[in-house]
Amino acid sequence: MPLPSRPKRNPVIAVVLRRMRTPLLVLLTAYALAVLGFSLIPGQDDQGETWRMSIFHAFYVVSYTGSTIGFGEVPYAFTEAQRLWAIVSIYMTVIAWLYAVGALISTLRDPAFHAALENVRLRHSIARLNEPFHMVCGYGDTGALLVRAITQRGGRAVVVEADVERIQALNMREHVPHVPAMHLDARNPEHLVIAGLRNRWCTSVLAVTDDDRTNLKISLAAKLLHPGSHVICRAESSDTAENMASFGTDHIVNGYDHFAFRLLLAIRSPDLHRVYDWLTGIPNTELPERPRPPDGRWIICGYGPLGEAVSRRLQSHGIEVTVVDATVDKLPDGVRQVTGSGTRAEHLHQAGIAQADALLACTGDDADNLSTVMTARQLRPDLYISARQNALRNKPLFEAAETDLTVEPSYIVSSQVLAILNASLLNSFLEKAEDCDATWHRALAEQIQELADGRIPVTWTLRVSRKRTPVLVDCLEAGKQVSLQDLMRNPANRDASLDCLPLLLLRGDDTLLRPATDTSLQTGDNLLFCGTPRSENSMWRSLRNPDLLDFLRTGNHRPGGWVWRQLREWRSSRNAAQKEG
Amino acid sequence: MHTEKVFFGFFILLALTLNFGFFLGEIDNPDHHNVYELFAALFVSLVATVLKLGERSQIGALLLAASLVADLQLIAAATVWAVAVHVTDVGLSPMVMASIVSLSGGALLANVVSAVLVTVETATLSR
Repeated sequence: MPLPSRPKRNPVIAVVLRRMRTPLLVLLTAYALAVLGFSLIPGQDDQGETWRMSIFHAFYVVSYTGSTIGFGEVPYAFTEAQRLWAIVSIYMTVIAWLYAVGALISTLRDPAFHAALENVRLRHSIARLNEPFHMVCGYGDTGALLVRAITQRGGRAVVVEADVERIQALNMREHVPHVPAMHLDARNPEHLVIAGLRNRWCTSVLAVTDDDRTNLKISLAAKLLHPGSHVICRAESSDTAENMASFGTDHIVNGYDHFAFRLLLAIRSPDLHRVYDWLTGIPNTELPERPRPPDGRWIICGYGPLGEAVSRRLQSHGIEVTVVDATVDKLPDGVRQVTGSGTRAEHLHQAGIAQADALLACTGDDADNLSTVMTARQLRPDLYISARQNALRNKPLFEAAETDLTVEPSYIVSSQVLAILNASLLNSFLEKAEDCDATWHRALAEQIQELADGRIPVTWTLRVSRKRTPVLVDCLEAGKQVSLQDLMRNPANRDASLDCLPLLLLRGDDTLLRPATDTSLQTGDNLLFCGTPRSENSMWRSLRNPDLLDFLRTGNHRPGGWVWRQLREWRSSRNAAQKEG
Repeated sequence: MHTEKVFFGFFILLALTLNFGFFLGEIDNPDHHNVYELFAALFVSLVATVLKLGERSQIGALLLAASLVADLQLIAAATVWAVAVHVTDVGLSPMVMASIVSLSGGALLANVVSAVLVTVETATLSR
């Protein structure tokens, strides 16, 4: 389907009118000829005298014959000459009508017309957006996960996707709030502008298509056309990642590299990996508990980008790696190679599966990966087996194959992107946490597990500032003390705490991990919390309502109106006077 | 030479000239104003309107508006004629004729504006 090359103002009406020009001209001419003929041909009245139809009568006769209604010959019976003309005019006007109506209907049913109509509708819906939105470029597995997670938190998203089927898949799902999906090519900057790139509410651009080149182009366009926007880009190769970084892409997410990092983390500090897994997961999905990957010999089947990232990282940390692949150009030093395929038992034997501790099947083909998993299971039922799942739809197969760890690049990328979007402090928290010892990690993991109640918790940042939390700042400027504990109190029961955990406090240049709950807040503080979605909502509610905040702080209900406040002041001063007396 | 432009200019000018022809004469004398001339003026004016449909330039919008005004005036004139002659028995009295011709005079003004606009557009574009 041809796409509009540049934005035009309301082309739909113009399209209809342009196409209706000829049919309307034909109709007008037919009517004019018929009317003229009737008014010129002489007839006879009931006295047998010559009588000519006036233009008014002629128009009347043509109107009812043209629309095939037909009342008979009025006001006087027609002469033969008039009847002859009536025959001509009936065929002429009826055919002209059919042609005009047919043209109108075919215009209305034309797919190009529908596309134009749909585009206008979408552009209006984007122009009407008056709150920050994320532009998601590419609606594959990653895009779908992102859109779902964004809308679940009440955020707005606009999708740009070149594939009609994916757009239809998106429209089949009910997203609240509505997600406008544009059938546009993200590689074309003009299309990005149509989708609202220059809109002042477009806060972030998420380039998560499957293609590195496309993501690079999106990132470039976003940085040039809307420099204020936050650009998060997916990159599969390190070349692209460096290229993106060179012109200031805000965040580059390399799913493979990140997985390798996480795998090593899981091997070396499993408790921190659990925390990492939970805090960056997609909120409200099941809290995963995965078996710990062993610190031993690894067999990696398939040396694609994922296999490369994993073998490099494991190798550089002193873990023995054997790669099984049919075609490998150059491996990192110290990595053993077996030429062949992981799907065949003899090649796995050659790779030393008998002595191995773990296996990762990571080709780009799900059938090959599953076959490798099943072959390896037969050879070594006790082996730790991890497999890459390329397409989300194959999930049931991987679950049935009972892999210990399923690598879903789309999930890894989307969870990384979400962590950046939702809680910008999360990454600095996780970096700091790496420096702590294993007991600290374990304690944190247990606390999160306790409050999360089997679901992945949400993480959120709280900035104590006049713009974000005016009520809290008013309170602090009035000289009142507000501690972290006060924010975490449950409005329904002041003595109970909400199911949330303060993770990080950023005050000036100081960062404080796991701040104590009796810490007094100051203007300018940045806080990172994790907890249940309900606790997040509750906290924001208390931060918006001065009376509620006062109650949480002091335990006293503040009287709402002026009269009640005066009464209370008078009463407390009288009580004080009585005590003194 | 551009055929479409010739066609377009032809109908706009024809609408103006026919309208002028009908308008010419003593305002209240039915003998000076032919019903076929009014019919032709209305038809050509409608054709001119259709030709202007779908124009998206600023001047195109103004042309369409002028054309719609002319149509409205001429349809009103034709309706007055039909009502006076057929519906009531007043006939083409001087008063009725005067109102018909003055309505067509209004349409004439709109057609003049159209013709001027087309001339202006052509003058600014052809260089």
